Order: sequence, then C-alpha cells, then structure tokens
Amino acid sequence: MTFSPELEAKFEKMIANYPPGRQKGALIPMLLFAQDEIGSVTPELVQEVAARLKVKPVEVEEVLGYYTMLTREPRGRHHIQICTNISCMLTGGEELFAHASRKLGIGHRQKTADGQFSLEEVECLGACSWAPALLVNYDFHFNITPGKLDRLIDSLRKMQ
Amino acid sequence: MLLNEPHPLEVRVLTRRYVYPQSEPIGLDQYVEQEGYDGLRKALAMQPEAIIDEVKRSSLRGRGGAGFPTGMKWSFVDRKSPKPKYIVVNADEGEPGTCKDRVIMENEPHRLIEGCLIAGRAIGSNRGWIYIRGEYRQYIDCMDRAIKDAYARGYLGENVLGSGWSFHLSTHSGAGSYECGEETALLESLEGKRGNPRLKPPFPAVSGAFQCPTVVNNVETYAAVPDIILKGGEWYAALGTPRNGGTRLVCLSGHLNRPGVYEVPLGMNLLTLVNEIGGGVWKGRKLKAIIPGGSSSPVLRAEECDIPADYDSFAKAGTMLGSGATVVLDETADMVKVLSRLMKFYAHESCGWCIPCREGTAWLRTIMARLDAGVGTRNDIDMVDQLAQGMLGRTFCPLGDAAAMPATAIVRKFRDEFEAKIASSQVFMPAPHTQPLVVL
Ligand SMILES: Cc1cc2nc3c(=O)[nH]c(=O)nc-3n(C[C@H](O)[C@H](O)[C@H](O)COP(=O)(O)O)c2cc1C
Ligand code: SF4
Ligand code: FES
Repeated sequence: MTFSPELEAKFEKMIANYPPGRQKGALIPMLLFAQDEIGSVTPELVQEVAARLKVKPVEVEEVLGYYTMLTREPRGRHHIQICTNISCMLTGGEELFAHASRKLGIGHRQKTADGQFSLEEVECLGACSWAPALLVNYDFHFNITPGKLDRLIDSLRKMQ
Repeated sequence: MLLNEPHPLEVRVLTRRYVYPQSEPIGLDQYVEQEGYDGLRKALAMQPEAIIDEVKRSSLRGRGGAGFPTGMKWSFVDRKSPKPKYIVVNADEGEPGTCKDRVIMENEPHRLIEGCLIAGRAIGSNRGWIYIRGEYRQYIDCMDRAIKDAYARGYLGENVLGSGWSFHLSTHSGAGSYECGEETALLESLEGKRGNPRLKPPFPAVSGAFQCPTVVNNVETYAAVPDIILKGGEWYAALGTPRNGGTRLVCLSGHLNRPGVYEVPLGMNLLTLVNEIGGGVWKGRKLKAIIPGGSSSPVLRAEECDIPADYDSFAKAGTMLGSGATVVLDETADMVKVLSRLMKFYAHESCGWCIPCREGTAWLRTIMARLDAGVGTRNDIDMVDQLAQGMLGRTFCPLGDAAAMPATAIVRKFRDEFEAKIASSQVFMPAPHTQPLVVL
C-alpha cells in the first residue's frame, strides 16, 4: 500500500519523532492522517500501519474502537459534526442537530444515499464561546443558526 | 481568527501582542521584534534551578484543571537521572466550556514553543511533544508551521541559539477522546495505545512518556512562562492574589451578551467577569447559576457567585477554578436537562477501565434521561445523589469524580426543579421495576 508523496514524507518525519524502538508512538496520528486520505480504516491499512511501525495488527485493531474519530466505515464527503454539549445546548445546539437531521434525512452517524453527507452529534468541540458550533471535516463554523446551517449545506452541496 | 474585542477590565499579559482584529498568527519576525524569545535567551544564561525558582516565585498554577503549582511540578524531575527527560504539552482541550488553548495556538504559536523550550531547559530535556486534539487539525498545521520556522532560525534543533543545548519539538494528533486529556491517559495515547490512565504514583515526573521523567502541562501554563522569566516571578505573582499568581484566560459561554475568551487577573470577582466583561446575562434575563470551571466543576447558584475567581476562593466555595471555563445559565435554564446532557457526556467518555466509573456514569445517564423525559420518580432523584456519592474518590482516575461532582451539586442545589418536573409530567409512568435497565 502506498500513500500520496506528501503523506509518505509526513509519515517518515512523524516516525522519527519518537525515541528509537518506540515508533509505535506514531500509531494514532498515522491512522488518522491515512484515514483522511483513503476514507476509512480498511483491513489493508491496519496491516500496512502495523508493518511500518513494527507492531502486531492486533495492536492497531485495539485502538480503533477507542478513538471516536477513527472509523472503519467511510463517511460522507462532508462529515458534519454538531456539538450538543453544555454551551452549545444552551444556545440551540440540539435544535440545530434536529434541523440538520431533518434537512439531510439522516440521523446520528448516518450517511446520505449519494454519499455526500454524513452527520454526527459530537461532544464539546472546544468552541464554547462561539456556540453553537459545528465541524465540517476539519473546518469549524461558529455561532450557527438554522438559517446559516441551511446556507452552509446548500453551498456544500454545490461544491464539486 | 478567534479573537474578541478587548475589554477595558482585561489585563493583557499573555495576549498583549494580539491586535484586534487579527487576520494571521503572529509570525516569528513580529514575535522576535516584540521581545519574543527574549525569555528563552535569559533562561539559557540561567542555572536550571534558578529557572524553577523563578517559576515558583510567580505562584503560577496549572491552567489545565487541577491548579497544581507549576514550579513545584518541575522540581520533582530528577535532572541527574540517566534517562532522557521529556516535555509534553496538553492541548487536548476537551473539558466542556473550555476554548482557550486554541486561541493561544492560533494567534501566537511561538509563545507556546518558547514556553516549552524554557521548561525543557529547566528540567534538562531535549525533546517535547504537543498533544493536540484531533479535531484541531488547523491548529496542528499552525503549530507545525511555527515549529518549522523556529527550527529554520535556530530556536529549535541542535545547539539552540548557540548554547550547545538541543531541543526538539513536534506536534502529535489525538483522535477523539476526552479521557486522553487526563495526563497519564494522554501519555498512553502518545505511546500509541488506548487512552486508559495509569496508576499514580509513579507520577509522570518520575515515570512519564516512554517510562522517562516527564513534565505534562497545559498550553496556557507553558505560554505564561516566557513573561515570568523575562519580567520576574514576583512581578507575575503580584498580578494575582496570594498563592494564585498572574493572569488567566477565561472562556465565557452560555447565556451571555458577550461570550468570548478574555484575559483577567486571578481573583477578579466572578460577577464582574460575567456582568462587565461578558456584558451580562442575555435577553435581559436574570442569572440562575454558573458552572465556573468546566463541566466537571460543581455549579454555583446565582447568590453564591459574588466571590473572587481564584483557585483558593473557589475551593472555599466548594467548587473549582478548573480550566477557565465559565458557563452562564439564565433563569430559563432547565437544570434537569443540563445534568442529563452532562451525564450523557461522561458516560460516553468513560474509558471503561474501572467499574465505579464505567457503571456509575452509565446509570447516571440512564436515570437522568428518564428524569429529563418526565418519567422519573422521586426515588430517582435520591439515586442520582447516592450513585454520585458512591463514585466520589473510588474511581481509578479523576474522570469518575468529574462526573459525580456536578451530579451531586446540581441535584442538591436544584432539587425543587427535579421534583417540579416529576409533578408536572403528564406521561404515564410504569412501575419502577418495569422500567428499562441500563442501556449501554
Ligand atoms: C478526564 C480529564 C480530562 C482532562 N482534560 C484536560 C485537557 O483537555 N487539557 C488539560 O490541559 N488538562 C486536562 N486534564 C488535566 C490533566 O490531567 C493535567 O492535570 C494537566 O494537563 C496538567 O497541566 P497543568 O498543571 O498545566 O494544569 C484533564 C484531567 C482529567 C481527569
Ligand atoms: S474513572 Fe475509571 S473508567 Fe472512568 S475514565 Fe478513569 S479509569 Fe476510565
Ligand atoms: S460545548 Fe459545544 S463547543 Fe464546547
């Protein structure tokens, strides 16, 4: 399995950041960055990362269930994550999630049939002073209202 | 960039170079022009013990949650140990209500790098990692760019500024886990494992990353260090109150007119913070309560809020300054719903390692969900309190306490709201024993 040249370069640097013999340290960031490129953590990716870090595949499998950002199921092209934790809840986060769910016709951790969108209700995103907040892939959007959310989804839909 | 318009009551030390509005991070050139890395230069000419003494004099306390004195933490590292020593930055920022570390990393990444260098010099370390939550990819990129610039100009790498001392620093991405903010779980994660915490002692200062002596501090804690070295510990201490040195970032959120992240001296009155800096409760409503240190801190009722915001005063009021989060609830806030949402959070984030927390948080979530849905009983209210009491002090790491503390506080201080919700419920209620058991 090979990755893009940029990612290969990144991995090479990344692995060198851990003490000799302790390159397993790179495991979690490596999985996340690879998942971003190929869409999900596939069985091949598990084997590949295990081989590169000189660990057993089961050591890779072990962390998959623990970290919520890692996924074996490919997500939508635009993965919308809406925070409903305390500061967002107080400013309309739950209503926003319900609104997005209705508009897209999907629920928590579901994907639209065309693969364009997936939706997830998430815990605090560290954006509480600009609540309610959401993430589309790695892009933050702050002080969201249902109207803003509609416009955001419409513009994402038009994006090619 | 996430930056609020400055408020006249702010005291800007950590944020003093920020201009409003700011469109780009403060780059290396601008940083250096404005005394940037001067603290490092000064530290390189000092004995390591003298650096630690200066930090001790500053009364700086950890800004990540527990408020442990930073100088003392650094002094626990055995500099003579033959093992490598490590610096770890906790940039996991997961405590609900907290959103300040991102402001530092986004606006002035070099301040954090300089703080790490000074800490590294103080404990005789040659390597550090910045553990940043995975959702913060843009700040990981931002720190990576700044680190690259610092390497290119000799602030990082072999022979830092010609001193003969080397220091390497890199970012490390998390992948979604609140528990990985707990320092020993973070170290496990840094080593490529599940974020289950370690038994303490040994503390990280003795056996931390890769079983080597390690200092783990919050982003804001490191970011405070350059000015302490540059201007002196006494100067910094004098900004705050006794034993609570300096300024801190406070994250105002919730039902406020002007939520945001602001820098204030330790000891500023909590009501001043909310009413002056935060612009008061929104929509002309009255204050009901404040969650004053992140979701894990016990809630304060409006009439308990007239106190100085520092570690010791908050402890005296039965709560915690925590991570600088200040969540404001107006008179319409539904406390049953608030607690129900928080319990859902802790149940989701419990790592499952120890039974009191794994089972306790799951039951708290279930019982709170039925109380919130209006199908709970009076018995349930007592059960929440008893469960939480049973967890306190009995879990493997502080996450269990973090779930139990707000539960007890909210149930005891707002019991009338719980009872009112049961009384007003029109929902048919089955006998308690026919209710669903725990839904995991
Ligand atoms: C469940 C849990 C989550 C935590 N999350 C964070 C966090 O996101 N950021 C942080 O700096 N400290 C967090 N802490 C506190 C750390 O364990 C540790 O006390 C802190 O990083 C020490 O740095 P300081 O002394 O500079 O505050 C958390 C603690 C617990 C128990
Ligand atoms: S208290 Fe126990 S189950 Fe909860 S997070 Fe800590 S170790 Fe894990
Ligand atoms: S509570 Fe939603 S971002 Fe923190």
